[in-house]
Amino acid sequence: MNNQKGTETIENREKGSTNDDSFKNLSGFKIKALYGPEDISQPGREADLGLPGEYPFTRGIHKTMYRQRPWTIRQLGSLDSPSKANERIRQLLQMGANGISLCLDMPTIMGRDSDDPLAEGEVGSCGGVAIDSIEDMRNLLEGIPIDEISINFVSNSQSSVILSMFVAVAEERGVPLEKLTGTMQNDILKEYQAQKSYYFPPRPSMRLTIDTLSFCNKHLPRFNPISISGYHLASAGATPVQELAFTLANGFTYVEEGIKAGLSVDSFAPRLSFFFKVHNDFFENIAKYRAARRIWAKTIRERFEAKDRRSCLFRVHTQTSGSSLTAHQAENNIIRVTIQALSAVLGGTQSLHTNAFDEALSIPTPRSEKLALRTQQIIARESGVINTIDPLAGSYYVEALTNQMEAECYKYFKEIEDLGGVISAIEKGYYAKIIADSAFSYQREIEKGERIVVGLNEFFEEEETDIELREADPEFEREKVSDLVALKENRDQALVKACLNEIGEVCQGSDNIIPYLIKAVKSYVTLGEIIGVMKEIFGEYREDSIY
Amino acid sequence: MNKGRKRRILIAKPGLDGHDRGAKVVARALRNAGMEVIYAGLHQTPLQIVNAAIDEDVDAIGLSILSGAHKTIFPKIMTLLKEKGASDILVFGGGTIPKKDRVELTSLGVGEIFTTGTDTHVIIDYLNRTLET
Repeated sequence: MNNQKGTETIENREKGSTNDDSFKNLSGFKIKALYGPEDISQPGREADLGLPGEYPFTRGIHKTMYRQRPWTIRQLGSLDSPSKANERIRQLLQMGANGISLCLDMPTIMGRDSDDPLAEGEVGSCGGVAIDSIEDMRNLLEGIPIDEISINFVSNSQSSVILSMFVAVAEERGVPLEKLTGTMQNDILKEYQAQKSYYFPPRPSMRLTIDTLSFCNKHLPRFNPISISGYHLASAGATPVQELAFTLANGFTYVEEGIKAGLSVDSFAPRLSFFFKVHNDFFENIAKYRAARRIWAKTIRERFEAKDRRSCLFRVHTQTSGSSLTAHQAENNIIRVTIQALSAVLGGTQSLHTNAFDEALSIPTPRSEKLALRTQQIIARESGVINTIDPLAGSYYVEALTNQMEAECYKYFKEIEDLGGVISAIEKGYYAKIIADSAFSYQREIEKGERIVVGLNEFFEEEETDIELREADPEFEREKVSDLVALKENRDQALVKACLNEIGEVCQGSDNIIPYLIKAVKSYVTLGEIIGVMKEIFGEYREDSIY
Repeated sequence: MNKGRKRRILIAKPGLDGHDRGAKVVARALRNAGMEVIYAGLHQTPLQIVNAAIDEDVDAIGLSILSGAHKTIFPKIMTLLKEKGASDILVFGGGTIPKKDRVELTSLGVGEIFTTGTDTHVIIDYLNRTLET
């Protein structure tokens, strides 16, 4: 069907091969034919490299890196119903995954219960799990050792409620809160910038994020309360350097807000973690990680005056690039994922999700999912890349790129600062404009043949790959809705009402909201009901459409 | 449609999903190709979309769906258009939509469904060709 420009593209490439402009990375940096000592020998830069495990951590946050312990293989393990997701988590753990990411279905992401009219057709969608009430959280976590296995909740606007359900279930099971490990994504800023799963205006959303951070700071010392995410920025179109700069700027904003809420930087910065995307350009990606560690460490120490070395550590989870996967010749995606995963490992990631090759077509099958997991195991056990730490350090090219990434970042920091900070920049449409421009340029480059996607704008084949796809369960939505309706009928209605009234009052004040939410979820108040009350107080956000 | 009038296209993201990269790229490409594009923004219900299409007197509605909700949303929009006597408006779409479902949607009268990786010129050519007649 779609692309018939094979020959034209090859001609363009040949013409372009004498032109320096044709060698550009995804951030648009022109790449030289050869790098040498002159590209990295700037005075004073030796101190910027240091040793692994030492400030400024350019070479990695651990002294031993993967020799002591390889990265955490953290695969997405969700499915429509909480009990099926539970089964899938157990399977992934059995296959050798040592961490889990859980994604939510669209209604839960948008703060709506499964019986909400707007949820119709989307309950259990996108391979995400539907969480309406504490009952769902119980079923989801049943038999999973939540004090041993770290669970990453891919939860943002609804994080305060999801955390409350998680804490409530832990309390029921007698698991001490200080033992709970895992992560709440809880990164609201990138929702306005890219992923668009927001409900309230940015400022009340930030309050909920910081309430969650403060609560974890006090009661869940091993839990990461925010995972500052560049992944979604990159998926929406941000280039790697934009992803890097915007993610770090968001991270600094959370640090500022935490300090404003009365926390000391060293009490919470060590528990902030990050989430990056690894796109196709192999070395650019590695440079991105190295620059990120250095900028984070320097800023946390110099600007925020952190004394604890752990505050300076840029700890990062990585996912290979969903948006680089093609629907055409889908098996080619296996190779893309492998190269991206290797790049993340050489960049020094702490944990990694590898995408399944069929994701441009549907949610993954058990077979494609297993293949994705095995990809990581082959890199870890067979390729030998873990034998030495930061093997690319000292490469003229990688070090020059790392320096360039760092320098470019400060230009974006300046622009954001000039607009009055991250929230102001969101409100002024800064991110929407830049990200839309980058997404459009990327598409144009592909269409003009300046950027090659194998099987799409070169080596295209008319025939579509016929691969086995996972089908969504057509019965699930009906069952979930009827279970929820029954749950809502059989609870203490007066208590539900009292909890919701109390939440409304707390929203108008400044108390930490989490204890009130824990009480509510234990009384079977649902996620949609809580968000509904919050919307009445905080209002709803609508963005200007910039394209 | 009237000859000489610019083609008017409504681009919408129905449902709860906010992944609007594809919708925005297509909206800009159509605008650059000289069409009048109305981008309805996020989280639109089928009724809002159909009402907007009629109010704006568009020639076509382009829906971007990545969440798997296409099986619910496309049929609803087709039914609403019919009820409101606006079946002359072309409905096309794009997103993560398996081949089997694309065939089913076509049988409901939905136009072309473009998957991930489609060249925007293919969409422009399609609209020019289809709205000609």
